[in-house]
Amino acid sequence: MTLLAAAQSKTPAPSRWMLVHRHALATRITHWINALCVTVLLMSGLQIFLAHPALYLGQFGADSDRPVFEIGAEANQAGAQRGFVRLGSAAIDTTGVLGLVPNADGDLTERAFPRWATIPGWRSLALGRRWHFFFAWLFVANLAAYYLFGLINGHLRRDLAPTREQLRPRAILADIVDHLRLRFPKGEAARRYNPLQKLAYVGVVVALLPVMILTGLTMSPGMDALLPWLVDLFGGRQSARTLHFMTAGLLVLFVIVHLTMVLLAGPINGVRAMITGKLAISEEDDHEPHSARKA
Amino acid sequence: MSRILLARRKTLGRRQFLGLGAAGLGAALLGGCDRLSEAPSFQELLGSAEGLTYRVQRLLGGRRTLAREFSAADLSPDFKVNGTHAPDTPAYAALRESGFADWRLRVDGLVVRPLDVSLADLAAMPQKTQITRHDCVEGWSAIGKWQGVPLADVLNRAGLQPAARFAVFHCADMYERAADGTGQYYESIDLIDAFHPQTILAHRFNDESLSVGHGAPLRLRVERQLGYKQAKYVMRIEMTDRLDRLGRGKGGFWPDRGYEWYAGI
Repeated sequence: MTLLAAAQSKTPAPSRWMLVHRHALATRITHWINALCVTVLLMSGLQIFLAHPALYLGQFGADSDRPVFEIGAEANQAGAQRGFVRLGSAAIDTTGVLGLVPNADGDLTERAFPRWATIPGWRSLALGRRWHFFFAWLFVANLAAYYLFGLINGHLRRDLAPTREQLRPRAILADIVDHLRLRFPKGEAARRYNPLQKLAYVGVVVALLPVMILTGLTMSPGMDALLPWLVDLFGGRQSARTLHFMTAGLLVLFVIVHLTMVLLAGPINGVRAMITGKLAISEEDDHEPHSARKA
Repeated sequence: MSRILLARRKTLGRRQFLGLGAAGLGAALLGGCDRLSEAPSFQELLGSAEGLTYRVQRLLGGRRTLAREFSAADLSPDFKVNGTHAPDTPAYAALRESGFADWRLRVDGLVVRPLDVSLADLAAMPQKTQITRHDCVEGWSAIGKWQGVPLADVLNRAGLQPAARFAVFHCADMYERAADGTGQYYESIDLIDAFHPQTILAHRFNDESLSVGHGAPLRLRVERQLGYKQAKYVMRIEMTDRLDRLGRGKGGFWPDRGYEWYAGI
């Protein structure tokens, strides 16, 4: 790759950049409100989870029922307290990170997540719930606005929906290879999202975020009386709670990949584009997408 | 080549800078969240979402909708006892010793005819049995079978004065001895929930007399709300037009301590 780059730079074209309109105002505003909401919802959600850090399947589940997932602390054979994470019957020692973590004074204390991961940092189920429900309303309103603008200005259809071309196995495979080699689209190709990018965004926008809302609603006994079929859809309130937590995990995974890609592809250009709407693309490269050139 | 290297070094520096910046921003954000969490005005702002939740849930059919009822096959093998396990006052101990023969439920406040109702009186009234899911605010759920008298029947017998807006349940357990003198458990609901067909005063649980752990002799079941609304050891029902004169003014032991008064969420 370095050789290739070196070969290309043998005929150094004057570096020309141009600014293209990348993100609509509605997309930019809803993106940042969403980023704020998801962050607060995640961290206040972890605070709520501290109150009962165990997940079950089915309609009910409490102390004497068998959890499918659990974070906790218990004494080992030597009598020392150890933090653990248990999935089914497999457990790993997570002392210091999960289950048994340092408190404000630095002493190990029984707590599923460390202070820096929760809102508020100290233990308060009541305040965690206040943060969670306030930002849940904001999150839902913002997502509704995003859908509305996305449908009206064509963002969802034009920018997010993959073209038939992009969904061909060869195109996806080529895009995977491009990603693995950290080769980012330049020139014209940088004007639109690549196949993996589109699939990831669509997955978040039409699957993960709605599932977060729907599984969240099933934890409300008032909503359960209103929408009993929704509880059935997820297999019971405790299954829905488990799904809520798992889907949050998938969102965290998405955010990690998303931020990594932003950092690798050019953080200043990317963040600026999401603020001002203008993305700088280079004209020095050829105007074909990498994957197409490769073929 | 040197141009590429130079460019790369520059990017690395920029990345480190951004990384440090992000970490710093994150730390500031966290500290900021904790400072905000401490501010009563901000807690109030966050709490405003509760009013929205309450109104929307009531608007979407909150008067009519029923909580899911289950079959005997769905019962939790073990229904967790939570909160007070047994009130520790001599008065309660005396009642318990006599099998609650001397216990009377006082119904007063904004009613036409104040009542004193015995367990035998309650048992003689039309009964409702329901198998429902109990959802604790902590996150766990348990399914149990409750038998009791619809609260609506008791309130109709007492007759409400027009000004009555809330039913307050005064309990036998002192949950916490706080410096401000509060700590007696109490809860309250609006008239929509008070007259809801599944809102009952339960004196039997899983086909047995209500155990002390689960709130003997009488507990409230208000099935579309969380566990802390299901007041145990109910001694008195007070009909009132306002909640701000009780406890710390938020309408319940846990609402006084930051939890939602409307626990339908």
